[in-house]
Amino acid sequence: MIKVLKPGFYSTIQDFGRSGFQEFGVPYSGVMDKKAAALANALLGNNENDAVLEITMMGPTLQFKSQTYIAISGADMSAKINNQAIQLNKIISVKPDDVLSFGKLITGFRSYLAVSGGFKTETVMNSKSMYQNITKQFILRKNDEIAILESSKFDGIQNASVKIDSSYISSKTIEVFKGTEFDCLSKNQQDILFSKDFTISKDNNRMAYQLNETLSNNLKPIITSAVLPGTIQLTPSGKLIVLMRDCQTTGGYPRVLQLKESAISILAQKFTGNTISFKLNSKY
Amino acid sequence: MAFKLTYKPYGERAILVEWTQVIDGDILKDIINFKQKIKNSHIKSLVELKSAYNSLLIIYNKCVNDFEAETTIIDKIYSKEIDFYKTDSLLWRIPVCYHDEFGLDMELISKGKKLSKEDIIKLHTQAIYTVYFIGFLPGFLYLGGLDKTLHVSRKSTPRLQIEKGAVAIGGNQTGVYPNASPGGWNIIGNSPINFFDASKDQPCFAKSGDRIQFYPISLKEHHDIKTLVDAKVYQIESEVIDD
Repeated sequence: MIKVLKPGFYSTIQDFGRSGFQEFGVPYSGVMDKKAAALANALLGNNENDAVLEITMMGPTLQFKSQTYIAISGADMSAKINNQAIQLNKIISVKPDDVLSFGKLITGFRSYLAVSGGFKTETVMNSKSMYQNITKQFILRKNDEIAILESSKFDGIQNASVKIDSSYISSKTIEVFKGTEFDCLSKNQQDILFSKDFTISKDNNRMAYQLNETLSNNLKPIITSAVLPGTIQLTPSGKLIVLMRDCQTTGGYPRVLQLKESAISILAQKFTGNTISFKLNSKY
Repeated sequence: MAFKLTYKPYGERAILVEWTQVIDGDILKDIINFKQKIKNSHIKSLVELKSAYNSLLIIYNKCVNDFEAETTIIDKIYSKEIDFYKTDSLLWRIPVCYHDEFGLDMELISKGKKLSKEDIIKLHTQAIYTVYFIGFLPGFLYLGGLDKTLHVSRKSTPRLQIEKGAVAIGGNQTGVYPNASPGGWNIIGNSPINFFDASKDQPCFAKSGDRIQFYPISLKEHHDIKTLVDAKVYQIESEVIDD
Protein backbone atom coordinates (compact mmCIF):
# COMPACT_ATOMS: atom_id res chain seq x y z
CA MET A 1 0.00 0.00 0.00
CA ILE A 2 1.08 3.57 -0.68
CA LYS A 3 -0.19 6.52 1.33
CA VAL A 4 -0.54 9.90 -0.37
CA LEU A 5 0.99 12.60 1.89
CA LYS A 6 0.68 15.28 -0.81
CA PRO A 7 -1.08 14.70 -4.12
CA GLY A 8 1.07 16.99 -6.30
CA PHE A 9 -0.35 19.15 -9.09
CA TYR A 10 -2.24 16.50 -11.06
CA SER A 11 -1.49 12.85 -10.40
CA THR A 12 -3.66 10.04 -11.74
CA ILE A 13 -3.55 6.27 -12.08
CA GLN A 14 -3.42 5.31 -15.76
CA ASP A 15 -2.83 2.24 -17.88
CA PHE A 16 -3.12 1.99 -21.68
CA GLY A 17 -6.76 3.09 -21.46
CA ARG A 18 -10.24 1.90 -22.18
CA SER A 19 -10.79 0.64 -25.69
CA GLY A 20 -13.98 -0.99 -26.91
CA PHE A 21 -16.34 1.58 -25.38
CA GLN A 22 -16.13 4.40 -27.91
CA GLU A 23 -19.63 3.61 -29.15
CA PHE A 24 -20.96 4.58 -25.70
CA GLY A 25 -19.10 7.88 -25.81
CA VAL A 26 -16.44 6.72 -23.34
CA PRO A 27 -13.00 8.34 -23.87
CA TYR A 28 -9.93 6.14 -24.17
CA SER A 29 -7.98 7.88 -21.37
CA GLY A 30 -4.75 6.11 -20.48
CA VAL A 31 -1.18 7.34 -20.10
CA MET A 32 -0.38 10.49 -22.09
CA ASP A 33 3.19 9.27 -22.76
CA LYS A 34 2.94 5.56 -23.59
CA LYS A 35 6.64 5.30 -24.25
CA ALA A 36 7.64 6.41 -20.75
CA ALA A 37 4.98 4.31 -19.00
CA ALA A 38 5.95 1.21 -20.99
CA LEU A 39 9.62 1.78 -20.13
CA ALA A 40 8.99 2.11 -16.38
CA ASN A 41 6.94 -1.09 -16.49
CA ALA A 42 9.51 -2.94 -18.61
CA LEU A 43 12.28 -2.13 -16.14
CA LEU A 44 10.31 -3.91 -13.43
CA GLY A 45 9.31 -6.83 -15.63
CA ASN A 46 5.66 -5.73 -15.58
CA ASN A 47 3.33 -5.85 -18.56
CA GLU A 48 3.80 -2.66 -20.55
CA ASN A 49 0.19 -1.66 -19.94
CA ASP A 50 0.12 -2.24 -16.17
CA ALA A 51 -1.29 0.70 -14.22
CA VAL A 52 1.24 3.40 -13.32
CA LEU A 53 1.00 6.75 -11.59
CA GLU A 54 1.06 9.62 -14.08
CA ILE A 55 2.60 12.65 -12.43
CA THR A 56 2.19 16.09 -13.98
CA MET A 57 4.52 19.05 -13.54
CA MET A 58 4.82 18.91 -9.75
CA GLY A 59 5.17 15.56 -8.06
CA PRO A 60 3.34 14.11 -5.07
CA THR A 61 4.81 12.97 -1.76
CA LEU A 62 4.14 9.28 -1.20
CA GLN A 63 4.82 7.00 1.72
CA PHE A 64 5.27 3.30 1.07
CA LYS A 65 3.64 0.92 3.53
CA SER A 66 4.91 -2.23 1.87
CA GLN A 67 8.20 -3.40 0.50
CA THR A 68 8.38 -3.22 -3.29
CA TYR A 69 10.43 -2.16 -6.30
CA ILE A 70 9.76 0.99 -8.26
CA ALA A 71 10.97 2.66 -11.44
CA ILE A 72 10.36 6.22 -12.65
CA SER A 73 10.50 7.20 -16.32
CA GLY A 74 9.55 10.19 -18.44
CA ALA A 75 10.02 13.73 -17.13
CA ASP A 76 12.83 14.39 -14.66
CA MET A 77 11.25 15.91 -11.55
CA SER A 78 14.21 15.44 -9.21
CA ALA A 79 12.80 12.38 -7.46
CA LYS A 80 14.06 11.54 -3.98
CA ILE A 81 13.65 8.68 -1.54
CA ASN A 82 13.95 9.87 2.05
CA ASN A 83 15.44 13.09 0.63
CA GLN A 84 18.19 11.24 -1.23
CA ALA A 85 18.15 11.84 -4.99
CA ILE A 86 17.32 8.77 -7.07
CA GLN A 87 17.87 8.20 -10.78
CA LEU A 88 15.31 7.85 -13.52
CA ASN A 89 14.98 4.55 -15.38
CA LYS A 90 16.47 2.45 -12.56
CA ILE A 91 15.03 -0.33 -10.47
CA ILE A 92 14.82 0.99 -6.92
CA SER A 93 14.05 -1.06 -3.85
CA VAL A 94 11.78 0.62 -1.31
CA LYS A 95 10.86 -0.53 2.19
CA PRO A 96 7.98 0.32 4.52
CA ASP A 97 7.91 3.98 5.61
CA ASP A 98 10.19 5.15 2.80
CA VAL A 99 9.01 8.50 1.44
CA LEU A 100 9.15 9.30 -2.27
CA SER A 101 9.10 13.00 -3.06
CA PHE A 102 9.82 15.20 -6.05
CA GLY A 103 11.49 18.54 -6.53
CA LYS A 104 12.28 20.77 -9.46
CA LEU A 105 11.08 19.94 -12.94
CA ILE A 106 14.22 19.50 -15.05
CA THR A 107 13.04 17.96 -18.33
CA GLY A 108 9.64 17.06 -19.79
CA PHE A 109 6.25 17.51 -18.11
CA ARG A 110 4.95 14.06 -17.13
CA SER A 111 6.67 11.42 -15.04
CA TYR A 112 5.59 7.80 -14.62
CA LEU A 113 5.94 5.82 -11.42
CA ALA A 114 5.67 2.06 -11.85
CA VAL A 115 5.62 -0.46 -8.99
CA SER A 116 6.22 -4.22 -9.12
CA GLY A 117 3.04 -5.85 -10.43
CA GLY A 118 1.38 -2.49 -11.21
CA PHE A 119 -1.06 -0.48 -9.11
CA LYS A 120 -4.05 -2.51 -7.92
CA THR A 121 -6.80 0.10 -8.04
CA GLU A 122 -10.37 -0.46 -9.27
CA THR A 123 -10.91 -1.66 -12.82
CA VAL A 124 -13.86 -0.13 -14.67
CA MET A 125 -14.56 -1.18 -18.28
CA ASN A 126 -11.31 -3.14 -18.55
CA SER A 127 -9.10 -0.28 -17.40
CA LYS A 128 -7.77 1.34 -14.26
CA SER A 129 -7.38 4.72 -15.98
CA MET A 130 -8.98 7.44 -13.88
CA TYR A 131 -11.65 9.51 -15.57
CA GLN A 132 -14.46 11.59 -14.10
CA ASN A 133 -17.82 9.78 -13.90
CA ILE A 134 -16.23 6.50 -14.99
CA THR A 135 -13.95 5.70 -12.05
CA LYS A 136 -15.00 6.63 -8.50
CA GLN A 137 -12.02 8.91 -8.26
CA PHE A 138 -10.41 10.90 -11.03
CA ILE A 139 -7.39 12.43 -9.36
CA LEU A 140 -5.10 11.51 -6.47
CA ARG A 141 -6.05 13.20 -3.18
CA LYS A 142 -4.28 13.73 0.10
CA ASN A 143 -4.50 10.71 2.44
CA ASP A 144 -5.54 8.31 -0.32
CA GLU A 145 -4.26 4.79 0.12
CA ILE A 146 -3.33 3.08 -3.12
CA ALA A 147 -3.18 -0.70 -3.26
CA ILE A 148 0.02 -2.32 -4.53
CA LEU A 149 1.48 -5.81 -4.20
CA GLU A 150 4.03 -6.65 -1.53
CA SER A 151 7.20 -7.65 -3.36
CA SER A 152 10.19 -8.72 -1.34
CA LYS A 153 12.31 -10.18 -4.08
CA PHE A 154 12.88 -8.83 -7.53
CA ASP A 155 11.59 -11.28 -10.08
CA GLY A 156 11.66 -9.07 -13.16
CA ILE A 157 14.12 -9.42 -15.97
CA GLN A 158 17.32 -7.55 -15.18
CA ASN A 159 17.38 -4.38 -17.15
CA ALA A 160 20.16 -5.31 -19.54
CA SER A 161 17.57 -5.92 -22.25
CA VAL A 162 15.67 -2.65 -21.80
CA LYS A 163 16.72 0.01 -24.28
CA ILE A 164 16.50 3.52 -22.92
CA ASP A 165 16.26 6.47 -25.27
CA SER A 166 14.93 9.60 -23.64
CA SER A 167 15.83 11.97 -26.48
CA TYR A 168 12.17 12.16 -27.59
CA ILE A 169 11.34 14.11 -24.42
CA SER A 170 13.19 17.17 -25.67
CA SER A 171 12.32 16.67 -29.34
CA LYS A 172 10.15 19.40 -30.86
CA THR A 173 9.28 17.56 -34.06
CA ILE A 174 5.74 16.23 -34.13
CA GLU A 175 5.19 13.69 -36.88
CA VAL A 176 1.72 13.82 -38.41
CA PHE A 177 -0.41 12.31 -41.14
CA LYS A 178 -2.91 14.25 -43.22
CA GLY A 179 -6.21 14.59 -41.41
CA THR A 180 -9.46 13.59 -43.08
CA GLU A 181 -10.26 17.24 -43.99
CA PHE A 182 -6.63 18.22 -44.79
CA ASP A 183 -7.41 18.45 -48.50
CA CYS A 184 -10.05 21.13 -47.82
CA LEU A 185 -7.23 23.53 -46.89
CA SER A 186 -5.60 25.71 -49.54
CA LYS A 187 -2.03 24.96 -50.61
CA ASN A 188 -0.94 28.07 -48.71
CA GLN A 189 -2.69 26.97 -45.50
CA GLN A 190 -1.14 23.52 -45.81
CA ASP A 191 2.32 25.04 -46.26
CA ILE A 192 1.92 27.19 -43.13
CA LEU A 193 1.26 24.06 -41.05
CA PHE A 194 4.63 22.60 -42.05
CA SER A 195 6.77 25.72 -42.14
CA LYS A 196 5.87 27.57 -38.94
CA ASP A 197 6.63 26.77 -35.33
CA PHE A 198 3.65 26.44 -33.03
CA THR A 199 3.53 27.27 -29.33
CA ILE A 200 1.69 25.30 -26.64
CA SER A 201 -0.94 27.59 -25.09
CA LYS A 202 -1.87 27.68 -21.41
CA ASP A 203 -4.91 25.57 -22.28
CA ASN A 204 -3.22 22.19 -22.23
CA ASN A 205 -4.39 19.18 -20.30
CA ARG A 206 -5.22 15.49 -20.65
CA MET A 207 -8.14 16.31 -22.98
CA ALA A 208 -6.43 18.62 -25.45
CA TYR A 209 -3.54 20.96 -26.17
CA GLN A 210 -4.46 24.26 -27.78
CA LEU A 211 -1.82 26.07 -29.81
CA ASN A 212 -1.26 29.83 -29.70
CA GLU A 213 -0.74 30.49 -33.42
CA THR A 214 -3.89 30.49 -35.51
CA LEU A 215 -4.50 29.41 -39.08
CA SER A 216 -7.05 31.61 -40.81
CA ASN A 217 -9.53 29.45 -42.68
CA ASN A 218 -12.98 29.43 -44.14
CA LEU A 219 -13.71 25.74 -43.63
CA LYS A 220 -17.27 24.93 -42.69
CA PRO A 221 -17.90 22.81 -39.61
CA ILE A 222 -18.33 19.14 -40.44
CA ILE A 223 -21.33 17.04 -39.51
CA THR A 224 -20.32 15.53 -36.15
CA SER A 225 -17.97 12.61 -36.78
CA ALA A 226 -15.34 10.47 -35.04
CA VAL A 227 -12.21 11.93 -33.48
CA LEU A 228 -9.28 10.15 -31.82
CA PRO A 229 -6.41 11.10 -29.52
CA GLY A 230 -3.90 12.88 -31.75
CA THR A 231 -6.53 14.45 -34.01
CA ILE A 232 -5.87 18.14 -34.71
CA GLN A 233 -9.08 20.11 -35.10
CA LEU A 234 -9.27 23.54 -36.72
CA THR A 235 -11.95 25.84 -35.29
CA PRO A 236 -13.73 28.60 -37.25
CA SER A 237 -11.63 31.20 -35.39
CA GLY A 238 -8.47 29.46 -36.64
CA LYS A 239 -7.50 27.78 -33.37
CA LEU A 240 -5.65 24.48 -33.66
CA ILE A 241 -6.67 21.97 -31.00
CA VAL A 242 -4.64 18.79 -30.58
CA LEU A 243 -6.83 16.19 -28.92
CA MET A 244 -5.16 14.07 -26.25
CA ARG A 245 -6.00 10.84 -24.37
CA ASP A 246 -9.09 12.06 -22.46
CA CYS A 247 -10.64 13.64 -25.57
CA GLN A 248 -14.31 13.34 -26.44
CA THR A 249 -15.22 10.55 -28.90
CA THR A 250 -16.76 12.74 -31.62
CA GLY A 251 -16.40 16.31 -32.80
CA GLY A 252 -17.67 18.83 -35.32
CA TYR A 253 -14.53 20.73 -36.37
CA PRO A 254 -12.52 19.85 -39.48
CA ARG A 255 -9.74 17.35 -38.72
CA VAL A 256 -6.69 18.77 -40.45
CA LEU A 257 -3.89 16.57 -39.10
CA GLN A 258 -3.48 13.34 -37.17
CA LEU A 259 -0.49 12.76 -34.89
CA LYS A 260 1.52 9.61 -35.28
CA GLU A 261 1.08 7.52 -32.12
CA SER A 262 4.71 8.13 -31.07
CA ALA A 263 4.23 11.90 -31.48
CA ILE A 264 1.51 11.87 -28.79
CA SER A 265 4.22 10.79 -26.32
CA ILE A 266 6.44 13.67 -27.44
CA LEU A 267 3.64 16.22 -27.10
CA ALA A 268 2.68 14.83 -23.67
CA GLN A 269 6.07 16.03 -22.41
CA LYS A 270 5.45 19.62 -23.57
CA PHE A 271 3.89 22.45 -21.60
CA THR A 272 2.83 26.11 -21.86
CA GLY A 273 5.26 28.12 -23.95
CA ASN A 274 7.12 25.17 -25.54
CA THR A 275 7.32 25.22 -29.32
CA ILE A 276 6.76 22.37 -31.74
CA SER A 277 6.83 21.94 -35.49
CA PHE A 278 4.88 19.50 -37.62
CA LYS A 279 6.53 17.09 -40.00
CA LEU A 280 4.35 15.36 -42.57
CA ASN A 281 4.56 11.60 -42.86
CA SER A 282 3.24 10.99 -46.35
CA LYS A 283 2.69 7.27 -45.99
CA TYR A 284 -1.06 7.66 -46.53
CA MET B 1 -29.86 0.26 -51.29
CA ALA B 2 -26.15 0.74 -51.67
CA PHE B 3 -24.57 4.16 -51.20
CA LYS B 4 -21.37 5.38 -52.75
CA LEU B 5 -18.84 5.27 -49.94
CA THR B 6 -15.58 7.14 -49.51
CA TYR B 7 -12.66 5.61 -47.61
CA LYS B 8 -9.98 7.75 -45.96
CA PRO B 9 -6.95 6.75 -43.88
CA TYR B 10 -7.20 8.05 -40.29
CA GLY B 11 -3.74 7.92 -38.72
CA GLU B 12 -1.88 4.63 -38.54
CA ARG B 13 -4.58 2.35 -37.24
CA ALA B 14 -7.95 3.49 -38.51
CA ILE B 15 -10.00 3.93 -41.67
CA LEU B 16 -12.86 6.42 -41.96
CA VAL B 17 -15.80 5.42 -44.11
CA GLU B 18 -18.03 8.30 -45.21
CA TRP B 19 -21.53 8.52 -46.64
CA THR B 20 -23.09 11.58 -48.29
CA GLN B 21 -22.85 14.58 -45.96
CA VAL B 22 -26.49 14.74 -44.91
CA ILE B 23 -28.36 13.57 -41.83
CA ASP B 24 -30.75 10.94 -43.02
CA GLY B 25 -32.58 7.90 -41.65
CA ASP B 26 -31.71 5.68 -44.62
CA ILE B 27 -28.01 6.40 -44.16
CA LEU B 28 -28.36 5.54 -40.47
CA LYS B 29 -29.91 2.15 -41.39
CA ASP B 30 -27.14 1.51 -43.90
CA ILE B 31 -24.46 2.30 -41.31
CA ILE B 32 -26.06 0.04 -38.68
CA ASN B 33 -26.31 -2.78 -41.21
CA PHE B 34 -22.71 -2.31 -42.39
CA LYS B 35 -21.47 -2.31 -38.80
CA GLN B 36 -23.22 -5.61 -38.19
CA LYS B 37 -21.77 -7.13 -41.38
CA ILE B 38 -18.27 -6.09 -40.33
CA LYS B 39 -18.78 -7.51 -36.83
CA ASN B 40 -19.95 -10.79 -38.33
CA SER B 41 -16.89 -10.97 -40.60
CA HIS B 42 -14.62 -11.48 -37.57
CA ILE B 43 -11.69 -9.44 -38.84
CA LYS B 44 -8.90 -10.42 -36.46
CA SER B 45 -7.23 -7.04 -36.15
CA LEU B 46 -10.48 -5.12 -35.63
CA VAL B 47 -10.69 -3.34 -32.28
CA GLU B 48 -13.83 -1.31 -32.56
CA LEU B 49 -16.30 0.51 -34.77
CA LYS B 50 -17.45 4.03 -34.07
CA SER B 51 -20.34 5.44 -36.07
CA ALA B 52 -21.71 8.97 -36.32
CA TYR B 53 -24.36 10.62 -38.57
CA ASN B 54 -22.72 9.70 -41.86
CA SER B 55 -19.45 8.08 -41.00
CA LEU B 56 -18.00 4.92 -39.57
CA LEU B 57 -14.51 4.77 -38.10
CA ILE B 58 -12.94 1.32 -38.25
CA ILE B 59 -10.21 1.02 -35.64
CA TYR B 60 -7.55 -1.73 -35.83
CA ASN B 61 -5.07 -2.98 -33.26
CA LYS B 62 -2.23 -2.85 -35.77
CA CYS B 63 -0.96 -0.42 -38.37
CA VAL B 64 -2.86 -0.41 -41.64
CA ASN B 65 0.13 -1.07 -43.86
CA ASP B 66 -1.74 -1.50 -47.09
CA PHE B 67 -4.62 0.96 -47.15
CA GLU B 68 -5.86 -0.09 -50.61
CA ALA B 69 -5.93 -3.79 -49.70
CA GLU B 70 -7.71 -3.12 -46.42
CA THR B 71 -10.39 -0.93 -48.00
CA THR B 72 -10.97 -3.57 -50.71
CA ILE B 73 -11.71 -6.09 -47.95
CA ILE B 74 -14.05 -3.65 -46.22
CA ASP B 75 -15.82 -2.66 -49.41
CA LYS B 76 -16.40 -6.33 -50.30
CA ILE B 77 -18.08 -6.78 -46.94
CA TYR B 78 -20.22 -3.71 -47.66
CA SER B 79 -21.40 -5.02 -51.02
CA LYS B 80 -22.24 -8.52 -49.76
CA GLU B 81 -25.84 -8.86 -50.80
CA ILE B 82 -26.66 -11.52 -48.23
CA ASP B 83 -28.56 -11.16 -45.01
CA PHE B 84 -29.86 -7.84 -43.85
CA TYR B 85 -29.22 -7.88 -40.15
CA LYS B 86 -32.44 -6.87 -38.55
CA THR B 87 -32.00 -5.87 -34.95
CA ASP B 88 -35.01 -4.78 -32.98
CA SER B 89 -35.27 -1.06 -32.52
CA LEU B 90 -36.81 0.12 -29.27
CA LEU B 91 -38.84 3.19 -28.42
CA TRP B 92 -37.86 4.51 -25.00
CA ARG B 93 -40.23 6.73 -23.03
CA ILE B 94 -38.21 9.24 -21.02
CA PRO B 95 -39.74 11.31 -18.19
CA VAL B 96 -38.76 15.00 -18.18
CA CYS B 97 -39.65 17.65 -15.63
CA TYR B 98 -40.03 21.01 -17.42
CA HIS B 99 -40.64 22.92 -14.16
CA ASP B 100 -38.98 26.35 -13.78
CA GLU B 101 -36.61 24.88 -11.22
CA PHE B 102 -34.92 22.96 -14.06
CA GLY B 103 -35.94 24.82 -17.23
CA LEU B 104 -33.39 27.60 -16.89
CA ASP B 105 -33.76 28.86 -20.46
CA MET B 106 -37.48 28.13 -20.90
CA GLU B 107 -38.43 31.80 -20.33
CA LEU B 108 -35.87 32.97 -22.89
CA ILE B 109 -37.07 30.55 -25.58
CA SER B 110 -40.69 31.30 -24.77
CA LYS B 111 -40.15 35.05 -25.28
CA GLY B 112 -37.87 34.66 -28.30
CA LYS B 113 -40.23 32.27 -30.08
CA LYS B 114 -43.48 33.86 -28.84
CA LEU B 115 -44.60 30.45 -27.66
CA SER B 116 -46.12 29.57 -24.31
CA LYS B 117 -44.21 27.13 -22.10
CA GLU B 118 -47.06 24.67 -22.66
CA ASP B 119 -46.53 24.94 -26.42
CA ILE B 120 -42.80 24.31 -26.06
CA ILE B 121 -43.44 21.27 -23.87
CA LYS B 122 -46.04 19.99 -26.34
CA LEU B 123 -43.68 20.38 -29.32
CA HIS B 124 -40.81 18.79 -27.43
CA THR B 125 -42.81 15.80 -26.21
CA GLN B 126 -44.89 14.95 -29.26
CA ALA B 127 -41.88 14.31 -31.50
CA ILE B 128 -40.33 10.86 -31.74
CA TYR B 129 -36.55 11.25 -31.88
CA THR B 130 -34.13 8.90 -33.60
CA VAL B 131 -30.92 7.95 -31.78
CA TYR B 132 -28.19 8.43 -34.39
CA PHE B 133 -25.21 7.58 -32.20
CA ILE B 134 -23.65 8.16 -28.79
CA GLY B 135 -20.73 10.57 -28.57
CA PHE B 136 -19.26 13.73 -27.04
CA LEU B 137 -19.66 12.50 -23.43
CA PRO B 138 -20.27 9.00 -22.05
CA GLY B 139 -23.97 8.33 -22.69
CA PHE B 140 -24.76 11.48 -24.68
CA LEU B 141 -27.33 10.55 -27.34
CA TYR B 142 -27.28 12.41 -30.65
CA LEU B 143 -30.98 12.71 -31.48
CA GLY B 144 -32.60 13.66 -34.77
CA GLY B 145 -36.15 14.92 -35.18
CA LEU B 146 -36.47 18.17 -33.24
CA ASP B 147 -39.45 20.23 -34.44
CA LYS B 148 -38.26 23.17 -36.58
CA THR B 149 -40.19 25.63 -34.40
CA LEU B 150 -37.85 24.77 -31.51
CA HIS B 151 -34.57 25.30 -33.35
CA VAL B 152 -32.69 27.90 -31.32
CA SER B 153 -29.04 28.95 -31.49
CA ARG B 154 -26.59 27.83 -28.83
CA LYS B 155 -25.82 30.25 -26.00
CA SER B 156 -23.04 32.70 -26.86
CA THR B 157 -21.27 31.92 -23.59
CA PRO B 158 -21.46 28.26 -22.53
CA ARG B 159 -22.34 27.50 -18.91
CA LEU B 160 -19.40 26.13 -16.93
CA GLN B 161 -21.57 23.59 -15.18
CA ILE B 162 -24.75 22.00 -16.44
CA GLU B 163 -26.58 19.67 -14.10
CA LYS B 164 -26.74 15.93 -14.69
CA GLY B 165 -29.95 15.05 -16.53
CA ALA B 166 -30.42 18.53 -18.05
CA VAL B 167 -32.62 18.39 -21.16
CA ALA B 168 -31.46 20.95 -23.67
CA ILE B 169 -31.79 22.37 -27.16
CA GLY B 170 -28.83 23.49 -29.28
CA GLY B 171 -29.29 24.50 -32.90
CA ASN B 172 -31.45 21.84 -34.56
CA GLN B 173 -30.67 19.24 -31.91
CA THR B 174 -32.03 18.23 -28.54
CA GLY B 175 -30.37 16.04 -25.95
CA VAL B 176 -29.86 15.09 -22.33
CA TYR B 177 -26.60 15.75 -20.45
CA PRO B 178 -25.77 12.33 -18.94
CA ASN B 179 -23.53 13.89 -16.31
CA ALA B 180 -22.62 17.33 -15.04
CA SER B 181 -20.47 19.11 -17.63
CA PRO B 182 -19.89 22.48 -19.25
CA GLY B 183 -22.23 23.13 -22.18
CA GLY B 184 -23.69 25.73 -24.47
CA TRP B 185 -27.17 24.40 -25.12
CA ASN B 186 -30.41 25.95 -23.82
CA ILE B 187 -31.82 24.06 -20.86
CA ILE B 188 -35.56 23.40 -20.79
CA GLY B 189 -35.93 20.60 -18.25
CA ASN B 190 -34.40 17.67 -16.42
CA SER B 191 -34.74 13.91 -16.61
CA PRO B 192 -34.19 11.79 -13.49
CA ILE B 193 -33.04 8.82 -15.62
CA ASN B 194 -29.43 7.60 -15.77
CA PHE B 195 -28.20 7.79 -19.35
CA PHE B 196 -24.89 6.20 -18.46
CA ASP B 197 -24.03 3.53 -15.92
CA ALA B 198 -20.36 2.51 -15.85
CA SER B 199 -21.14 -0.58 -13.76
CA LYS B 200 -23.20 -2.20 -16.52
CA ASP B 201 -21.93 -4.29 -19.45
CA GLN B 202 -24.19 -2.16 -21.64
CA PRO B 203 -23.60 1.21 -19.98
CA CYS B 204 -26.25 2.94 -22.13
CA PHE B 205 -29.79 1.63 -22.47
CA ALA B 206 -30.27 3.08 -25.96
CA LYS B 207 -28.38 2.26 -29.14
CA SER B 208 -28.11 3.67 -32.68
CA GLY B 209 -31.44 3.29 -34.46
CA ASP B 210 -33.57 3.31 -31.28
CA ARG B 211 -36.20 6.03 -30.72
CA ILE B 212 -36.80 8.32 -27.79
CA GLN B 213 -39.97 10.10 -26.75
CA PHE B 214 -40.09 12.49 -23.81
CA TYR B 215 -43.13 12.88 -21.54
CA PRO B 216 -43.74 15.62 -18.98
CA ILE B 217 -43.68 14.92 -15.24
CA SER B 218 -44.18 17.08 -12.15
CA LEU B 219 -41.50 18.05 -9.65
CA LYS B 220 -42.86 15.43 -7.25
CA GLU B 221 -42.77 12.71 -9.89
CA HIS B 222 -39.21 13.75 -10.77
CA HIS B 223 -38.25 13.33 -7.13
CA ASP B 224 -40.01 9.95 -6.84
CA ILE B 225 -38.47 8.55 -10.02
CA LYS B 226 -35.03 9.79 -8.97
CA THR B 227 -35.39 7.87 -5.72
CA LEU B 228 -36.20 4.69 -7.65
CA VAL B 229 -33.34 5.30 -10.10
CA ASP B 230 -30.87 5.78 -7.24
CA ALA B 231 -32.11 2.55 -5.65
CA LYS B 232 -31.51 0.88 -9.05
CA VAL B 233 -35.10 -0.36 -9.27
CA TYR B 234 -36.52 2.00 -11.87
CA GLN B 235 -37.42 0.44 -15.22
CA ILE B 236 -37.56 2.72 -18.23
CA GLU B 237 -40.67 2.12 -20.34
CA SER B 238 -39.87 0.78 -23.77
CA GLU B 239 -41.52 -1.01 -26.65
CA VAL B 240 -40.24 -2.74 -29.77
CA ILE B 241 -40.95 -0.79 -32.91
CA ASP B 242 -41.18 -2.12 -36.39
CA ASP B 243 -39.47 -0.17 -39.14
